[in-house]
Amino acid sequence: MVIVGGGVVGAACAYYAARAGLTVTVVERGAVAGGTTGAGEGNLLVSDKEPGPELDLAVLSSARWAELAAEDGLGAAVEYEPKGGLVVAETEEGVAGLAGLAVEQRAAGVDAVEVPAAELTGYEPHLAPDLAGGMFYPQDAQVQPMLAAAHLLRASGAEVRTGVTVTGMLRSGDRVTGVRTDRGDLAAGAVVNAAGTWGGEVAALAGVTVPILPRRGFILVTEPLPPLIRHKVYAAEYVANVASDDEGLESSAVVEGTPAGTILIGASRERVGFDRTLSMAALRRLARQAIRLFPALGDVAAIRAYCGFRPYCPDHLPVIGPDPRAEGLLHACGHEGAGIGLAAATGHLLAQSLTGAPPDLDLHPFRPDRFPEHP
Amino acid sequence: MSQFVFEGRPVPFEPGQSIGAALTAAGIRSWRTTRFGGRPRGLYCGIGVCFDCLVTVNDRPSLRACMVEAREGDTVEGGDRDA
Repeated sequence: MVIVGGGVVGAACAYYAARAGLTVTVVERGAVAGGTTGAGEGNLLVSDKEPGPELDLAVLSSARWAELAAEDGLGAAVEYEPKGGLVVAETEEGVAGLAGLAVEQRAAGVDAVEVPAAELTGYEPHLAPDLAGGMFYPQDAQVQPMLAAAHLLRASGAEVRTGVTVTGMLRSGDRVTGVRTDRGDLAAGAVVNAAGTWGGEVAALAGVTVPILPRRGFILVTEPLPPLIRHKVYAAEYVANVASDDEGLESSAVVEGTPAGTILIGASRERVGFDRTLSMAALRRLARQAIRLFPALGDVAAIRAYCGFRPYCPDHLPVIGPDPRAEGLLHACGHEGAGIGLAAATGHLLAQSLTGAPPDLDLHPFRPDRFPEHP
Repeated sequence: MSQFVFEGRPVPFEPGQSIGAALTAAGIRSWRTTRFGGRPRGLYCGIGVCFDCLVTVNDRPSLRACMVEAREGDTVEGGDRDA
């Protein structure tokens, strides 16, 4: 089989497909993790998902990541940290909102622990003292996303061809039988579209529509510091922003330390196409919101910022599974800002689909032909 | 010639010279170590990008030695900021 895309989703598909006995070639037009994967924070979150198919996928993926991390050397290699996530609210209404969401999330298998205001600093000693309360999610974890993609690819044993661009599909009748590239044709029993934000272009090569659009995000990086922040910490407003359909600039601070000592401050959301222009407005807001949560960050230097493009679909769900409109083509893309977290389950489910095994999760909500052909 | 004090020792500098340049000119090439490997670090890029050359100047931590102009009587320490 051929996987188009060397991001974390393509890498996870390669890993689980190879484990299932398939021979895998990964074709990537740039570098491994060179697209949205390399611009991510490495969030493996269940806490920010509202109940529904994406949360079910996240819970499955959380368990798969924990299994991957337990494999020989892989957890350390990808900087897997099961650190837990702490969501904090500034107001009593915010606390009530968190409690209501947690009730529904627990029904889906999420562990959520209420944290009264007085106990917040027990979790995070440097947190602002005037917050109203929070919720702790032990299943939230983190990886270094570029290392995750690279090590999953290495562990898969797949042939990885970087700098190779897919320019068309090979067909036998209606069936997709491989890919045409700028370095020659590759025949395959199945082709997986794991091209992330560019998944719509790959789908178009097969004559099918998958409506994936970019949602820009900036991340601000501080100077390396001694351990200051223990968990993934974010404001309750983040959940609303993730699910929002607003086109303008939205942001809510997501703050976490890394093994390198830097602190990552996300996450802005804007629909501005593939524009990479640095937005000082977005960076200022991120910095202000992070300092609101952690006043000690006020005298810390930000040393760089980067941006990437989340692949989003109109209904904010990924596209996973075989495409009934083009036999031989499968999709694994459109994971918006959750691709690192959802990658493990996506690869696992796609391998089950490829081998005819009963799926651990119903793929119907993620089916590629769920969108109107001419929206 | 003007001088500042680096870890108790006087270091001369020319007007306009950065702390990093003055340290290097005085033969001091390393003033902090990497967090995991303990390997020596000093000037690397020299233009404010890499954050390898951090110093504490007059109790202000995490300043880039290559970007801070030396001033008479400055007290400069190497190493990373404390936890």
